[in-house]
Amino acid sequence: MRKKLTSLLAGAALAALSATQVFAEDLVIFWAEWDPANFLQELVNEYEAETGVSVTVETTPWSDFQTKAFTEFNARGSAYDMIVGDSQWLGAASEGGHYVDLTEFFNEHKLGEVMAPATVKYYAEYPGNSGKFWAVPAEGDAVGWSYRKDWFEDPKEMAAFKAKYGYDLAPPKTWKELTDIAEFFHRPDENRYGIAIYTDNSYDAMVMGVENAIFSYGAELGNFETYEVEGYINSDASVAALENYKKLYSFTPPGWAKTFFVENNQAITENLAAMSMNYFAFFPALLNEATNPNAKNTGFFANPAGPTGAQHAALGGQGISIVSYSKNQEESMKFLEWFIKDETQKRWAELGGYTASAKVLESEEFRKATPYNEAFYQTMFKVKDFWAVPEFAELLTAANQRLYPYIVGNEGTAKETLDALAGDWKKTFKKYGRTK
Amino acid sequence: MTAKIYTRLDANSAAAAKGFSDLSIRNLFIIPTIAFLIIFNVFPLLYSLGYSFTDFRASTNAPANFVGLRNYRELLTDPFIWRNFTITAKYVIISVTGQVIVGFGLAMLLNREFPLKGLVTTLLLLPMMLSMAVVGLFWKLLYDPSFGIINYFLGLGKFEWLADPNVALYAIALTDIWMWSPFVMLLSLAGLSAVPKHLYEAAEIDRASSLYTFFRITLPLVAPILMIAIIFRTMEAFKTFDLAYILSSQPNAELIAIRLYKMAFLEWQTGMSSAFAYIVLIMVVAITNIYVKYLNKVKER
Repeated sequence: MRKKLTSLLAGAALAALSATQVFAEDLVIFWAEWDPANFLQELVNEYEAETGVSVTVETTPWSDFQTKAFTEFNARGSAYDMIVGDSQWLGAASEGGHYVDLTEFFNEHKLGEVMAPATVKYYAEYPGNSGKFWAVPAEGDAVGWSYRKDWFEDPKEMAAFKAKYGYDLAPPKTWKELTDIAEFFHRPDENRYGIAIYTDNSYDAMVMGVENAIFSYGAELGNFETYEVEGYINSDASVAALENYKKLYSFTPPGWAKTFFVENNQAITENLAAMSMNYFAFFPALLNEATNPNAKNTGFFANPAGPTGAQHAALGGQGISIVSYSKNQEESMKFLEWFIKDETQKRWAELGGYTASAKVLESEEFRKATPYNEAFYQTMFKVKDFWAVPEFAELLTAANQRLYPYIVGNEGTAKETLDALAGDWKKTFKKYGRTK
Repeated sequence: MTAKIYTRLDANSAAAAKGFSDLSIRNLFIIPTIAFLIIFNVFPLLYSLGYSFTDFRASTNAPANFVGLRNYRELLTDPFIWRNFTITAKYVIISVTGQVIVGFGLAMLLNREFPLKGLVTTLLLLPMMLSMAVVGLFWKLLYDPSFGIINYFLGLGKFEWLADPNVALYAIALTDIWMWSPFVMLLSLAGLSAVPKHLYEAAEIDRASSLYTFFRITLPLVAPILMIAIIFRTMEAFKTFDLAYILSSQPNAELIAIRLYKMAFLEWQTGMSSAFAYIVLIMVVAITNIYVKYLNKVKER
């Protein structure tokens, strides 16, 4: 009896030991709750099959992704080994010591050449041009547009459009054309509206929407090296861009005052708008007939050029970083080594992830794979981003507080709005000692 | 009646029957409660008071620097913060007034015998039993300009309840009134049923008008309990977060609790938001004190 008990105990101890062994190799990646996170889970399942190390992608809704991630960082928690963090977090997370410095890893694997240049600049490097890297570009993303092909290709509409504006109705090449088309299709009596844009001011949605206009108008948010903003964010080009964005707001469906990716895809699926702004990451849902009854009639185009011919788009997407408090840093490094391999990146793209790998992006195969991949490929080489300094959230709040009342509430002028915003940003940069 | 201080365990009490001594009651119940309060309430409160004088940011590893009253000065001179306070004051006034009128009105209607009174009262109480977040989500659908049922029934076409900057705050207040009027109703009903019937009989004999009866008998006698309802609702309305956060993102409807949340957990300005929380705390305490003073006066009458 006693022997039996001893062997039973030994067995239990062994089981417990091996259980902790397995547990130690488990890697947890934290990301927001959306389709790409599911694609990533599929991808990492293949890593487990190859190496035996299991990787779990843990998610939380977008609205509290930042709060939850930073709460864990602030508590120096080891719940997550890696995190697919927003590009704006780089400053806060690197200066706060939450991310592991990946500069050596980056140089060793020549990631500066492997990944598309814009993704390296915005997802990985902080401070700008410092040569210090904190993340591996994982999910490339930018703002693009979807449109109703059937509305655009209707001969009656085409004739009416040509008669009114003097040129052919086609996916817009410039912001002027975009605005014309929005105006043309805006028919509240028919329950049909011109355009769907971002207006949600609770985090970064509306600001990114406006950025698309500002960047394509050839304007900048500021000087990312000297932190000067006067003459950048409130330049004439910037003012004209904001005026245009506000004009677009007048062609949106009713109640379009707190809208982000969900509403903007609904604008297409529910036959509300002719064109809709959204991140490329949300376009797969528009091609799926189960989620979009108009899937066959949905087309895509890149953010159009501004009056000077400049053409840019607001950056979305994330890089993958190793959390400093993780107990599995070495194992995580090994995972990243696997993740950056060409074949992994190719597989990642096949599963629905938006790879940042330059080689995959440039391949014919990728560009022809979906109706929006070509637009995505073009866009990823001309993206620009918001400030990535640790105090980015304060800059974002100021932008929301100034832009929203002008765009949605009809208060003041574009010039007044942007002058005030420049003042707010100057104050913030001064407070944190970035300018004198 | 003067309060009697028990220094010894009452021999007839249930505790005595079970054999609890004063000492064991203190050790079992009072000390843990006080310890809990100190650890989870008093300590964080004092700790955050300390933070409110620093530039601490929880998102960085940088040490906190003492900045004196700078946070308070910056907050109190920030026009956006003042706008948040004005909006909140407006919201509290609209929403509490609405709840008192609707709730007290319902209580007056219910304060009589009629068939299925119990069922009707229970049904009327349902809104306040729902979760704030759920109420926010389905009122968002009800208000929707394209398919919302409210515009459909009122024939308002595409009226934008939540997207119109001038209407959003009223729309949120309306939802709050819908949700919390039953609470005022419940307390008022308790007050109304406690009014002695003979007073009404006397008034009837004197041929007092119904208005006179209401203002001279009903209202003064229900006032103390109604005041308690108002205190509770004011404090709650002052710190409304979930309902407003879900319903609208209009800057004209940004209540202080929402601004505070953003400052603390999106911007991670821990020092600044601690100072902000203290300003709010002082205001709530001051307002509650005014009410309590008034309540005591009403009781004395």
